[in-house]
Amino acid sequence: MARAVTTQHKTIATAAAWIVALLIFFPILYTIITSFKSEQEAIQGFALIPSGTTESYAEVQAQSGYFKFFLNSVILSVGSTVLALLIAVPAAWSMAFSPTKRTKDILMWMLSTKMMPAVAVLFPIYLIFRDGGLLDSRIGLTVMLMLINLPIVVWMLYTYFREIPGEILEAARMDGASLWNEIIYVLTPMAVPGIASTMLLNIILAWNEAFWTIRLTTTDAAPLTAFISSFSSPQGLFWAKLSAASTLAIAPILIMGWFSQKQLVRGLTFGAVK
Amino acid sequence: MKLRTLTLGLLSASALAFAAHAESITIATVNNGDMVRMQKLTDDFTKANPDIQLNWVTLEENVLRERVTTDIATKGGQYDVMTIGTYEVPIWAKQSWLLPLDKLGDDYDVKDIIPAIAGGLSVDGKLYAAPFYGESSFVMYRKDLMEKAGLKMPDAPTWDFIKQAADKMTDRANGVNGVCLRGKAGWGENMAFLTAMSNSFGARWFDENWKPQFDQPEWKNTLQFYVDLMKADGPEGASSNGFNENLALFQQGKCGMWIDATVAASFVSDPKASKVADKVGYALAPDTGLGKRGNWLWAWSLAVPAGTKKADAAEKFVSWATSKHYAELVASKEGWANVPPGTRSSLYANPEYQKAAPFAKMTLDSINAADPTHPTVKPVPYVGVQFVAIPEFQGLGTTVGQLFSAALAGQSSVDDALKQAQDAATAAMTEGGYIK
Repeated sequence: MARAVTTQHKTIATAAAWIVALLIFFPILYTIITSFKSEQEAIQGFALIPSGTTESYAEVQAQSGYFKFFLNSVILSVGSTVLALLIAVPAAWSMAFSPTKRTKDILMWMLSTKMMPAVAVLFPIYLIFRDGGLLDSRIGLTVMLMLINLPIVVWMLYTYFREIPGEILEAARMDGASLWNEIIYVLTPMAVPGIASTMLLNIILAWNEAFWTIRLTTTDAAPLTAFISSFSSPQGLFWAKLSAASTLAIAPILIMGWFSQKQLVRGLTFGAVK
Repeated sequence: MKLRTLTLGLLSASALAFAAHAESITIATVNNGDMVRMQKLTDDFTKANPDIQLNWVTLEENVLRERVTTDIATKGGQYDVMTIGTYEVPIWAKQSWLLPLDKLGDDYDVKDIIPAIAGGLSVDGKLYAAPFYGESSFVMYRKDLMEKAGLKMPDAPTWDFIKQAADKMTDRANGVNGVCLRGKAGWGENMAFLTAMSNSFGARWFDENWKPQFDQPEWKNTLQFYVDLMKADGPEGASSNGFNENLALFQQGKCGMWIDATVAASFVSDPKASKVADKVGYALAPDTGLGKRGNWLWAWSLAVPAGTKKADAAEKFVSWATSKHYAELVASKEGWANVPPGTRSSLYANPEYQKAAPFAKMTLDSINAADPTHPTVKPVPYVGVQFVAIPEFQGLGTTVGQLFSAALAGQSSVDDALKQAQDAATAAMTEGGYIK
């Protein structure tokens, strides 16, 4: 009897999980379906079976080449993530292992910068970029994306580092490890799942960032977000083309997420169960 | 000495040639069919001007507007040519953000630009943007349904006739709505339609002293008529319908009439996309006999921002893209029906174009029926038919659009919506320093 209940519970839980997953994934699925429709089909109303035409993909590619935007997306997301980790690992280390009275305040202050709407600093940032010759440059945008995601990276790493017993680091110190050796050979290997998931999440965040990447670029540094934006229009038929562009833009990150989901989930729940 | 001068001369000449060779201009534009077509045809320009390279940035209309405004206000210099509308040109030209276009070339023939459009793009008699594509709005109707209703659409109908025809055409059991009109909130969405409509009812946004006029009977008549008409004969959920939604409804045969942009004519008459392609008739936007019709005027235009360092190359491009030669180029490659409409009188005098575009005459008549410098029955202090060309209008227009959209959805009464619109407009005008 008890077993029957457990099985029943399991079935219900599994079904519920599938329903929730489908609900979350449905918009993406429908985008992919729409991308294989003709423009007339796309506007005609809800239908799950497309005619299977690839004309939208051909038109999207002909209208503006995909590869240049893709390359910029890769450079910006990976570049900003590496840069953020270089800064955040030492920062999180110091806050996790040698906290001071103000550490919590500093962490809160860092997070608070995320609470301001981005558009509020559009003009100051635009002027700084203009005067620094950074408009439409990959370097400028990499730094910008790094700065945007830095609070999250620091916070995530800080949480992971806190899970590592300080005694292990002390033991390393006793054995004569220098500060750098301690961070590189002792802390980092132990925090690999945490660092990996932080990295993955940060790449996804940087890949999807659409406010600054559209506003600070024109042609040379424009990533896939700008590519998508160029297919929208208030007048005329564009849904199939827009869907094709979106599918192309999210495909790489979706595939990457698929392959690394174990790592991602492990990192996100790291330390949650004790 | 001579040799030195010669060497120096040669050096600087080659330096200049190199500089000229390296010149590339960046063009910001919107994603519409005509603009996409132009990007495919640029070989013609680069062949004639091998020293100029073209970079395109295509953005969604609202994003583009925000991007180019940021850039031009900060003199960021990211763009050398900007695609902007009739709303921006008068405002930006007054701010000295745009260069006047006075070097368009001898064979450009500025006088050929349709006067109503040229008027909307000029400040103090100087042209600040060259129209690439122009549109007005008109009535598209189903000839078969009109006949079934026992009526005949006049070339210049009145609003009362539209109401009468809509009542007769509505057949909800068969999914036919007498009339489809914009309801989605936004200064360029429902307010474009309603502002143009209000002109024909004798209403205006502001009096000569910038006092908002929503408390006047003309606005009450406009909004009440619109809400009643849509309630009786409009589609379900009309308060979220914009251009694209109504286009889909009309193409599927669910609208008896649709009053919207003239560019829609090429979509609804396209047999590949439209079920009713061979049954569509066209008429001027309605009026109430006061001397103004309810149609708007819009032109996507190319302008050169004052911050550019490549003004000459930019103006050369603008001249090419809006020339008669470009119209001929499109015609030779893709047929006359695909030539961007609404900019030059010569296009409408061309018999081949008239043959290819059966809606050509009605489009031209509609454009000519709008006057952005005198848009309303009573005098106004502003320029613009379906908008008010002041920087505050985008925000205010959208706020009022939301109020009117709510009235259409039945969430508030017409009187409440007008009262709130009056308050919002008074606040915005006071804050902007228009009302002292």
